[in-house]
Amino acid sequence: MKKSRKPLSQNAALIGVLASLLSIVIGLLLGYLLLVILNPGASAKGMAAMLGTGIASLDKFGKVLYQAAPLMMCGLSVGFAFKTGLFNIGAPGQYTMGTFFALVCAIQFQLPWYLCLLAAMIGGAVWGIFPGLFKALFNVNEVITSIMFNWIGMYLVNLLIANMPTMLASAWGASNSDRTAALSSANPGAIIPKGGLDKLFGNSSWINISVLITIVVAIVIWVVLQKTTFGYELKACGLNKDASQYAGINAKRNIILSMVIAGALSGLGGGIYYLAGTVQYVIEKSVLAMGFNGIPVALLANSNPIGVIFSALFISYIQVGGAAMQPEYSPETTDIVIAVIIYLAAFALLMRGVISKAFANRKQKEAAKK
Amino acid sequence: MAEDFVIEMLHITKEFPGIKANDDITLQLRRGEIHALLGENGAGKSTLMSVLFGLYQPEKGVIKKDGKEVRIKDPNDANRLGIGMVHQHFKLVECFTVLDNIILGVEETRFGFLRKDEARKKVVALSEKYGLRVDPDALVEDISVGMQQRVEILKMLYRDNDILIFDEPTAVLTPQEIDELMEIMRGFKAEGKSILFITHKLNEIMAVADRCTVLRKGRCMGTVDIASTTKEELSRMMVGRDVSFAVEKKPAQPGEPILEVENLVVPSKVHKNDAVKGVSFQARAGEILCIAGIEGNGQSELVYGITGLEKVTGGHIRLCGQDITDAPIRERSKAGMSHIPEDRHKHGLVLDYTLGQNMILQRYWQPQFQNHGFIRKAEVEQYAEKLIRQYDVRSGQGVDTIARSMSGGNQQKAIIAREIDKEPQLLVAVQPTRGLDVGAIEYIHKQLVAERDAGRAVLLISLELDEVMNLSDRILVMYEGEIVGEFDPAKTTVQELGLYMAGGKKQGEAKA
Ligand SMILES: Nc1ncnc2c1ncn2[C@@H]1O[C@H](COP(=O)(O)OP(=O)(O)OP(=O)(O)O)[C@@H](O)[C@H]1O
Ligand SMILES: [Mg+2]
Repeated sequence: MKKSRKPLSQNAALIGVLASLLSIVIGLLLGYLLLVILNPGASAKGMAAMLGTGIASLDKFGKVLYQAAPLMMCGLSVGFAFKTGLFNIGAPGQYTMGTFFALVCAIQFQLPWYLCLLAAMIGGAVWGIFPGLFKALFNVNEVITSIMFNWIGMYLVNLLIANMPTMLASAWGASNSDRTAALSSANPGAIIPKGGLDKLFGNSSWINISVLITIVVAIVIWVVLQKTTFGYELKACGLNKDASQYAGINAKRNIILSMVIAGALSGLGGGIYYLAGTVQYVIEKSVLAMGFNGIPVALLANSNPIGVIFSALFISYIQVGGAAMQPEYSPETTDIVIAVIIYLAAFALLMRGVISKAFANRKQKEAAKK
Repeated sequence: MAEDFVIEMLHITKEFPGIKANDDITLQLRRGEIHALLGENGAGKSTLMSVLFGLYQPEKGVIKKDGKEVRIKDPNDANRLGIGMVHQHFKLVECFTVLDNIILGVEETRFGFLRKDEARKKVVALSEKYGLRVDPDALVEDISVGMQQRVEILKMLYRDNDILIFDEPTAVLTPQEIDELMEIMRGFKAEGKSILFITHKLNEIMAVADRCTVLRKGRCMGTVDIASTTKEELSRMMVGRDVSFAVEKKPAQPGEPILEVENLVVPSKVHKNDAVKGVSFQARAGEILCIAGIEGNGQSELVYGITGLEKVTGGHIRLCGQDITDAPIRERSKAGMSHIPEDRHKHGLVLDYTLGQNMILQRYWQPQFQNHGFIRKAEVEQYAEKLIRQYDVRSGQGVDTIARSMSGGNQQKAIIAREIDKEPQLLVAVQPTRGLDVGAIEYIHKQLVAERDAGRAVLLISLELDEVMNLSDRILVMYEGEIVGEFDPAKTTVQELGLYMAGGKKQGEAKA
């Protein structure tokens, strides 16, 4: 009886992957339908751009990887908290805080990139600890606190940056004062190195080692959840709070730790994105979408850290493709189409049930035939 | 000449990964009979009933209703055929009221709005007619298990079902409630309803059933008339050997006190008063101390207080001389406390963990099972396999079985194995044999006695007076949060205990 191989239809992992693929296909079909409705003439070309751009050139593929890295971190963050039974909708706020900590270290304190990344994690962790504390000590729903801290975080960061003259681009030879300084002029040492990857990717201006860093982090998170007593405790809390109390697991401590780790992951995502040296943080009045996109990334991967690597790549791929659909489609419409695809892709959970049923039916029919 | 069968299940086979839960089982239910279904834990009783109720599709076999073949694809189909089921683990919506739970799924609406008035009238009428006392407006999470079960029964009646499946209804009931349920079932039978009744208690089968079908390891061992059989014969049919119902044990040789409880006060979750009002007692090494009482008299809360699931508001608890009144649960566990909890699904198991992972729920942090924070998978599997073998925990895939898919009795056995194997100084066992078959009960009782003989203190909380009288060395009766009497099982009777349990007498006052 030991190690008997499970029949195909019982393999949860396989069903999970199939469900994700199926929901991606449905999402793409609906996305295409939208393109047809919005601009029938250009729809075929638009769809081709969306699906083909990511592999059309090495440069674009480099961009896919570059964008996937922060998405992966946010997806890991949401997924990790989810395994513990917490819904971390605060990833955007933690991401913003991480960005801020990283940039302050880079520009204000002229630190090298790795210390800036460390600071990013600390920034995110600090922002994650509040919802964790409120939940553990006062039983306040983490969703509510997280959402509030998204806005608090954004305004606080905007306020601080606006009042730190050295942080702004205007202090480093540029004219605009609505964004942080370009790292190339402020502190080239804070830019995440390319590690030779740019040569591999046809001198892509996007790629750097961040995607490697995030894949390593994903694997570490997977190991923590699957192989350690800490992961055992966290998952027990997420699956059955009463039983974990009975087992003497300190639920309060775990809730706080889980949110701190989730925050650190999102924060690292922010650091990775803004230390690439390709974008500057712009003072705007909207919560950064990157953090929110961590939610579909995690859902699509069923919160599995390894799955997150792939779902982040997929969503990044679609985003890069979407950007290439202009000018036939306005940026707003491509955003809508991308959103439709992403959010339908997150229906993976629903699809899992459908597929299990289909398997069961087939098995029955086979049995009936016999 | 042909018998009047209302339901026939013919040659049913149902497989799960690694196990044939039902193997060519035939069961025929006569109209208007009470038909018992008996079998060891994991024999496939719940599975067979779930097939009839449309929750599982069998690989082979047919189901006939009134002689005509039917296909039952889901519980809605079952409902249309008049089949209702009370599950082993209830399926109620905790945050809904009783009334809402009863009408859920068959709500009557007008212009899209619920029409609850008529539903309420029907529910009240049904509950009066059959003596099923419920409070329609109470939230399910606030009511006792007994009342939850009455809600489940009303659900079937509300849907006008006349084939009623009861999956171990009595496992969670108090003796008084069991008597009531038996009466209610007889009432149903008198009305011509047909009943399928799963239980492990042979007395109940002898008392109400007309016939009994016995399963063993997924196979049908035959159907017998109750009038012409005995308890002994039934249990032999079921486990394949003679089972002794009495517990053999030598007189206890109590030693040092292990657990000392002093003026313990524990608040209640349901009402404003304290559930435990200044209770004091000692449990000594080498004795089985039993707390008897009618459900709801503070026994559960007393256990919560001792095990640390609930904060106490007064008094002291000492374990082996160490004050653990406010100690966290892990510290109590380290100090030598084991706990077989009352509710196996709520506290006892992480249902979505595997059997192996559940076996280390109390010990995963010990050096034996972890190395620098990494779980030693091979050790865990080896250990879990040892317990599975020793306690005969049956499941489809051994250590890798998801606990949720195991039969209720085997889940219970897994918990008992885990808690006893921890080699505690004090074993707190709440209803340890709830849902176990007679063979397993015999084994667990032996284990508890062995624990006692090994010099451990066993604190047994049980609602079953048979178990109390058989197993314990000393009995404390609890009534309304206080201990009202102490007894030696050899020198008392069930009647006397009953009197104290009902609050009719109190030892202190009796002397005065
Ligand atoms: N959903 C499921 N998935 C996999 N295996 C299952 C499932 N349900 C039941 N089994 C297996 O089928 C066997 C029969 O289980 P079942 O619940 O019918 O037993 P039972 O006779 O009701 O036992 P008990 O008296 O303990 O309730 C068990 O070995 C159990 O592990
Ligand atoms: Mg069962």
